[in-house]
Amino acid sequence: MDRRAFLQTSSLSLAAIGVGLSPWSRSAAQGAPIKIGLMAPLTGVVASGGREMVEGTQFFLEQNKNQIAGRKVELIIEDDGSNPDVSLQKARRLVEQSNVHFLIGDLLANTGLAVSNYVKGTGTPYFIPIIAVDDLTQRQRIKNVIRVAGYSASAFTHPLGDWALKQGYKRFVTISQDYSFGHEQCGGFVQTFTEGGGEIVQQFWHPLNTSDFSPYLGQIADMKVDAVFAMETGADATRFIRQYADFGLKRKFPLIGAMNTTDQAVIRTLGAECEGIISPAHFAEGSDNPVTQKFVKEYNEKYKKMPSLYGFSMYSGIMWIAQALEKIGGKVEDRDAFIDSVMKTELTNSPLGKSVKLDSYGNPIYDVYIRKVVKGPGGKFWNVPTETYPSVSQFWKYDPETYLKQPTYSRDFQGIKKKG
Amino acid sequence: MSLFQLLNGLTFAALLFVVASGFTLIFGLLWIVNLAHGALYLFGGYVGYTIAAQSGSFVVAAFGAIAAVVALGFVLDQGLLRFVRGFVLREVLLTLGVAFVLNDIALVIWGGDSFTVPIPEVLTGGINVFGVYYPKYRLFVLLTGIVIFIALWLLLHRTRLGALIRAGVDDAEMVEASGINIRRVFLATFLLGSALAGFGGLLGGAFLSLYPSADSEILVFSLAVVVIGGQGSLVGAAVGSLLVALLNTFGQVMFPEIAYFVIFGPMAVLLAFRPLGLFGKAA
Amino acid sequence: MSVMQANLVKTTAPAQRLSGGRMLMIGAAVVIAVAMLPLVLSTYQIGLATEILIFGILAMSIDILAGFAGRTSLGHGAIFGTSTYVVVYTVSVVGLSPALGLLLGVLAATGVAAIFALLAVRTSGVYFLLLTLALGMIVWGICLRWTPVTGGENGLRGDVRSGILLEPRIFFWMVLAIVAVLSFAIWRFVRSPFGLTLRGIRDSESRMRSLGYNVPLHLFIGFLVSGFFAGIAGGIYAFFNNFVSPSTVALTQSVEGLLMMIVGGVGTLFGSFVGATAIIILENIVSSYTERWQSVLGLAFIVVMIFAPEGIVGKVRAFLDRGRKSKA
Repeated sequence: MDRRAFLQTSSLSLAAIGVGLSPWSRSAAQGAPIKIGLMAPLTGVVASGGREMVEGTQFFLEQNKNQIAGRKVELIIEDDGSNPDVSLQKARRLVEQSNVHFLIGDLLANTGLAVSNYVKGTGTPYFIPIIAVDDLTQRQRIKNVIRVAGYSASAFTHPLGDWALKQGYKRFVTISQDYSFGHEQCGGFVQTFTEGGGEIVQQFWHPLNTSDFSPYLGQIADMKVDAVFAMETGADATRFIRQYADFGLKRKFPLIGAMNTTDQAVIRTLGAECEGIISPAHFAEGSDNPVTQKFVKEYNEKYKKMPSLYGFSMYSGIMWIAQALEKIGGKVEDRDAFIDSVMKTELTNSPLGKSVKLDSYGNPIYDVYIRKVVKGPGGKFWNVPTETYPSVSQFWKYDPETYLKQPTYSRDFQGIKKKG
Repeated sequence: MSLFQLLNGLTFAALLFVVASGFTLIFGLLWIVNLAHGALYLFGGYVGYTIAAQSGSFVVAAFGAIAAVVALGFVLDQGLLRFVRGFVLREVLLTLGVAFVLNDIALVIWGGDSFTVPIPEVLTGGINVFGVYYPKYRLFVLLTGIVIFIALWLLLHRTRLGALIRAGVDDAEMVEASGINIRRVFLATFLLGSALAGFGGLLGGAFLSLYPSADSEILVFSLAVVVIGGQGSLVGAAVGSLLVALLNTFGQVMFPEIAYFVIFGPMAVLLAFRPLGLFGKAA
Repeated sequence: MSVMQANLVKTTAPAQRLSGGRMLMIGAAVVIAVAMLPLVLSTYQIGLATEILIFGILAMSIDILAGFAGRTSLGHGAIFGTSTYVVVYTVSVVGLSPALGLLLGVLAATGVAAIFALLAVRTSGVYFLLLTLALGMIVWGICLRWTPVTGGENGLRGDVRSGILLEPRIFFWMVLAIVAVLSFAIWRFVRSPFGLTLRGIRDSESRMRSLGYNVPLHLFIGFLVSGFFAGIAGGIYAFFNNFVSPSTVALTQSVEGLLMMIVGGVGTLFGSFVGATAIIILENIVSSYTERWQSVLGLAFIVVMIFAPEGIVGKVRAFLDRGRKSKA
């Protein structure tokens, strides 16, 4: 629904609730509303992810009667158009005209970087549950940009390299989208895999929105490797998994993917071709953890689909902020206290089923599941955990200061440990 | 140059030909660079997907996709383009506006998720082609491209309508002066071009999938094909499709990061020095 | 092609409506009125007004070629964005002063325009449109893929704007001053003998050729001038955003600039500001209520092409001309 409709229905429901509020909380609810600026790509190449970001946020607010820390919430949604120029314009509008207390959202790395650069100047708190660019919580940290409930790209693929070695895989080929998110996810895997003695035979990088993977699949088919690692998102992931199966590679090499490759946003429109793919993540919709199951069930009832990364990350993100605000009595105007509280708050009772806290760089520490795609209830596919790596930080087992001395992952730097 | 990559290039060329042949006919005869051609492809694909998913029949979906896009083409030509006839640049920019609108409407109706058109059971899986395991569906696309080329060639060279189209591409004024209702020929051509775009969407939607930016991607490829091959020429569209597809496929293998842009080089060079392309004829 | 109208609008030679002196007075009055705006507008609205000024210059630069030389380009976004890239790069990566960065940006944009011009000068109409589109795509490709220099997908961020310019009102006045000077320069340019030659080429290339004019050379220089102004606009944009990414050089930038020019009026020059105002304000209003801005933009294209291809100012002029003629 569009912003106006949302505001209308939420203010109506609020009026109804206001009548029934008990006396001692009435005074708190009568405080000025908390204004939240939610930016998401509702048009453009990643529009479906953006839609789910909005749904995840709204779902939380609805479950909490549109209140945080006793104050009414005004959620202002802006479309960032999958485009940095537009996201800058919308950020300006939210901060300067709508006077929001904080910004949250954005999906594509370049939109996040543009807005981060802007809030560096205004000091507005900016929360990025989806943006995974490593450096925003590492080498180019900005104090008021915090990755609540999000993850930095290489965080989950570090343990994946370890897992791959434990399976006895010795030779891998990687294929990835050619941009920073891809470089970083691959880099995480490649570094830990090669440091443990594994070999990366070749790395393929393809532009975003590659419709035809046949040139790469043809080359992979001729290789002598144990498995294939694929870092794909969105439409590329859908096409890749399909074509991987079409060309008979599914029977040849096990496919290991990055988290986004087997995200619900991808596999919900696929069939048997996605079965058996392994991926690392902090969330598995097929996990038997009761809190997770409850969340998945309720989300499915409301939106007729299982939550994807975009949905549950925003849900958990706004949940985290709400818990942080409760600790300071809802005083979102006091920026320093607010940011401080967020950094110190441990997220409890989230869909992850476990509590999560931030490291000193503003990035969460998670238990990472190694998940497998299997058929779930109703014949739909979902990710089920097979193994868990507890308390994984964005630095894996490295000392943060040493790790930060190595450059950020890129096409040229993948952390490959040379043999001998 | 392995057989596998060659087949990849040829199958992509076949799809490009289906889409670009319509584009080149419209450009060659009506002098309209129909920038909404990609959007028609996407719409055809989406409609075909919905019908195929509901009915389970690829054939029914094909008819549905073609019918829907022909209807769109009819509205576009008779409802909008008629107001700007004779002003080439206005026509081009109007079709650009239509492309924006269609793309956005498609986003509203089908959302941003990526869809793949379901293919008939008999075309799933692969077969062995000279030692290479290759998907049956892609070979089907290649075959379809060839069949459509033959069909279009027969249409252009063995039917009255085709003769009128060819004469119109050469000199539309003369055709009109000789008493033929050139308007009807134009309309027929526009509808034919739209039908090809819509069918192409269904065809391509099965192995390349459908998503919000598929329209601009296929449009750019079609532009390159038509510029390189020459407007209004069927053989030009075929040769252009082969060149662009092979360039793209081998580009992805050899220099993947600039593969997409490799087609703009030849396109710009041809526009600058030989705007009529390889097979186009001077008006 | 003889029956086909290659230009957007059949622009007839305007009767000298207003003398140069009158125009200058009106121009000065407009500038003063606009300068008052920051006193009544909010910070965000001042930002919008600044954007209108920047894109107005971009649209005007496109008009130099489209309205006065009869060549409609879809590559000016790339020229504009090249300047933005060079400014952000030289200031944030190399560490040069913003003023020097701006100078280099404008030079780079003019250079790119020169390359475009060399290839495009012999074409016209639809071919010119497609060629500038293809060339713009190549520039976009370079910006997107040359990651070590351009930052690739992520773009470049920098602190280009600093000191007192960070105050929105001061920045607005500075941009207004630059824009006023540039508008004056462009206005003089199209009224100069060179500008008149361009108009002659627009109206009938063959005639100009038979009169002995070196048409390709004139078009080349016209393109350079157009690129120069687009480059200045792009450079100022770097100061405005402190950020650049491939979307700044993408086709959508060229298309929006073209639309602003058309909505304002081809060949009217100052119509570009009217067009920029209309489009930017419309976008702001529409996007507060719905995400369907793209549909509205598309409809705008369709409606303008059918009902008002000569643009707002063009229509006003035609209306006034009719009034004047009926009085005569």
